[in-house]
Amino acid sequence: MNLRPEPLAYELSAPGRCGAALPEPDVPETALPEGLLRDDLPLPEIDELTAVRHFTRLSQKNYSIDTEFYPLGSCTMKYNPKANEAAASLPGWRTTHPLAGAEFSQGALELMYRLQAMLVEIGGFKAASLQPAAGAHGELAGVLMIRKWHRDRGDLKRVKMLIPDSAHGTNPATCSMVGFETVTIPSDADGGVDLAALAAALDDTVAGIMITNPSTLGLFERNIEKIAKLVHDAGGLVYGDGANLNAITGIFRPGDAGIDVMHFNLHKTFSTPHGGGGPGSGMVAAGERLADYLPGPIAVKKDGRFDMAMPKAGIGRLKAFHGNFGVLVRAYTYIRMLGAPGLRRLAETAVLNANYLKAKVEKVYPLKYGRGCMHEFVAMGNFVEGVHTLDIAKRLIDYGFHPPTIYFPLIVPEALMIEPTETETRETLDAFADALLKIAEEARTEPELLHSAPHVTPVGRLDEVAAARCPILCYRG
Amino acid sequence: MPFIPNTDSDRSRMLAVIGKPSVESLFGDIPEKLRYPELDLPPALSEMEILREIEALAAKNLSSSTCAWFLGAGAYNHFIPSLVPAIASRGEFLSAYTPYQPEVSQGTLQAIFEYQSMAGSLFGVEAMNASHYDGATALAEAVLMAARNAPGRETVVLPAALHPEYKEVIRTYLEPLDVKIREYAGTPAAAAASLDPSAACLVAAYPDFEGRVHDLSGVADAVHAAGALLVVHADPILLGLFKSPGELGADIVTAEGQALGNAMNYGGPFLGMMGAASKYVRKMPGRIAGQASDAEGRRGFVLTLSAREQHIRREKALSNICSNQGLVMLQACIYLATLGKNGLRKVAELCWHKAHYAAAEIAKLPGFSVTKDIFFKEFLVKTPVPAQSIYDKLSRRCVVPGLPLSRYWPDRTHELLVCVTEMNTKEQIDLLAASLKEASK
Repeated sequence: MNLRPEPLAYELSAPGRCGAALPEPDVPETALPEGLLRDDLPLPEIDELTAVRHFTRLSQKNYSIDTEFYPLGSCTMKYNPKANEAAASLPGWRTTHPLAGAEFSQGALELMYRLQAMLVEIGGFKAASLQPAAGAHGELAGVLMIRKWHRDRGDLKRVKMLIPDSAHGTNPATCSMVGFETVTIPSDADGGVDLAALAAALDDTVAGIMITNPSTLGLFERNIEKIAKLVHDAGGLVYGDGANLNAITGIFRPGDAGIDVMHFNLHKTFSTPHGGGGPGSGMVAAGERLADYLPGPIAVKKDGRFDMAMPKAGIGRLKAFHGNFGVLVRAYTYIRMLGAPGLRRLAETAVLNANYLKAKVEKVYPLKYGRGCMHEFVAMGNFVEGVHTLDIAKRLIDYGFHPPTIYFPLIVPEALMIEPTETETRETLDAFADALLKIAEEARTEPELLHSAPHVTPVGRLDEVAAARCPILCYRG
Repeated sequence: MPFIPNTDSDRSRMLAVIGKPSVESLFGDIPEKLRYPELDLPPALSEMEILREIEALAAKNLSSSTCAWFLGAGAYNHFIPSLVPAIASRGEFLSAYTPYQPEVSQGTLQAIFEYQSMAGSLFGVEAMNASHYDGATALAEAVLMAARNAPGRETVVLPAALHPEYKEVIRTYLEPLDVKIREYAGTPAAAAASLDPSAACLVAAYPDFEGRVHDLSGVADAVHAAGALLVVHADPILLGLFKSPGELGADIVTAEGQALGNAMNYGGPFLGMMGAASKYVRKMPGRIAGQASDAEGRRGFVLTLSAREQHIRREKALSNICSNQGLVMLQACIYLATLGKNGLRKVAELCWHKAHYAAAEIAKLPGFSVTKDIFFKEFLVKTPVPAQSIYDKLSRRCVVPGLPLSRYWPDRTHELLVCVTEMNTKEQIDLLAASLKEASK
């Protein structure tokens, strides 16, 4: 990790420099429109090498999958095969245009058509749309579809969405965007949806339920079929949040258990890189009830030619053009390299790795829910008075590991949510477990080491409260 | 399997530690009759096999690297300095997550802060966020933000000449809410002068979908006098030359940022840019990086103002956005720093000169006429024969002449939207003119 302070590009600027050479005009010049032009363009002036060093040095201030183990729960930080990048950066993709027309985009359309079919098969659905750009965007698609399905049947009073208390914040935030009211369903003692509470909440004002399976507790929802039946019997529909699909590819198909619509995070399960925050893809797939309601356009095949078409009763368009296409190429490449046996091996290994880590640390790091986990598990970091999960997380950095997800899900106090993924070796898992156990010892013997961590980073803990109170959001010269 | 490393012997050793007899026994919670479906998928391929297959698919698309390319309409063929993808593809950027642990994410966080700074300079606003999915969703969220800002005002006013796909996206986002969309056909100035008290915002496209660059001076004052907000959706390359939306008084700015160092990529991933005057920053959705310091006084950067966001506020959040377009933003950041003050202006000037040369050449052709409005890099051409037939004929010969408007408006059969950037040589422009002439015979 690069520990030296790195100036801002603005602070490296010197008048007259430029990092890119551009040609002189090869056409007669046309007078510029006076009165409409800006006087000043306050951007930095830096040469090419300064730019290269600056951004390379910045990159060295990141932990990443390519450099460190990154067991961030619910984020599925698996290795992103370099073949994905090679495939996505082919000139035939990079230099082609979304409005070139079907005749001139047969390769892109065929790839999308095939990817739709593969994801439909993996999830057990009927049709898919690749429009949504991220998981939350897919949630928006799904909830709009559910809303429109009810309204098209003349049922205008269904304005409530049921959401388990372990859900991601995007679920309730999505419901608010479409004017739905959120009803929180508690978890039972076993970490599953409390069936009695669910039954009590169901009435003719409920549009449906949003369910994440496996849940953010890393637990498979054993009653998934019962839940779907209860909701369907009450006239509602079931949304599946596919955030944790990595545990079940090739092992269980959500569509088979009655999920009506689900988003897939291609940037998690299907190994497209997270890019420091995106781009992702939150494509959605739907079963019988909602297939016609998908956002569009979607890729179709007619007389051996590929084209785009809007689904019959669809909710419309969610972004310009055809989804995050470059991400789709990566996911397609990955699925083709795995095939069906590879997808099963992937999920099996993700679950095996998580259970292995859990077995190695659970005597020291207590669990709120003790049963066998899927691809991740949630431990607690409050086993020594005065030491918190935050301290443990920051101390892990000193050992060269990215911290797990912390303080989520909200129903587990001092949560440490650990997801190793299938791409890590047993040796890496051993080293991480050893570090966790060592830190637990330090928590008892030298707690100051934890409180002052991390010690090996370019900056220590930053004052986030002060930063939010008087925000500085841009360089001010 | 190269990226699933644990072998069968690792598996046995790990199962012994777990105390389970088999991997299958880890899946006992899944209903038995639903376990292990037979998936009908094509057989697995090795890396060399899949790359061969994908190369063949990629080669079936029309490419701006082998054609004379004049098609824009929301996705633009601009120059990308080699260092942009070279650095953005470094694993430390590519394979990092959202920077929730700031001490080990200073690279990403400082890059966001630098992007916010440079994009803010370009747009003339103090506060930018770290990105939306694309220009269309950024504009949709901006309209939602304006509507939230003025409860009770139930109309948003959009230009008729807004990208048709953007309008569709805005309709999708607004459909469940009690907000009506009204369109105006004339200039933003005329629309601003006749705003009624139901309007939450006026959107101005800068330039509009047909390439016209409207004079926006005075528009903000008229919009504010009507109690509404001014949202300006701008081409960031145009801003290398033209007055910034902030200088013109815009309250919220949005853009499609693909042109800043990102390839056309069949339409994605692109970059939704959004910013606002500083008084609206706490009402703006999306991730935002801010400056902070540690106990020793060292400067660092964090994600800030997160009390607006879904992971803190859940159903009370301003938006559900979580993953954004981080890597695309990084490319824009590197692009802006590399071209900088002098380079971006030069790109804009080249677009201006070449587009105006092309328009003049096309105007000379018999039967063709070119818009008289002020334009920047894209302009409307009336064609003597249906524009779609010109498009099909020419594109098959690798001269991609622009967008036939009949693609979106079936009755606008004889109009072609031509885009010229710094990437088009005089030779290509002359070829376009000669080809148009021939195709119209």
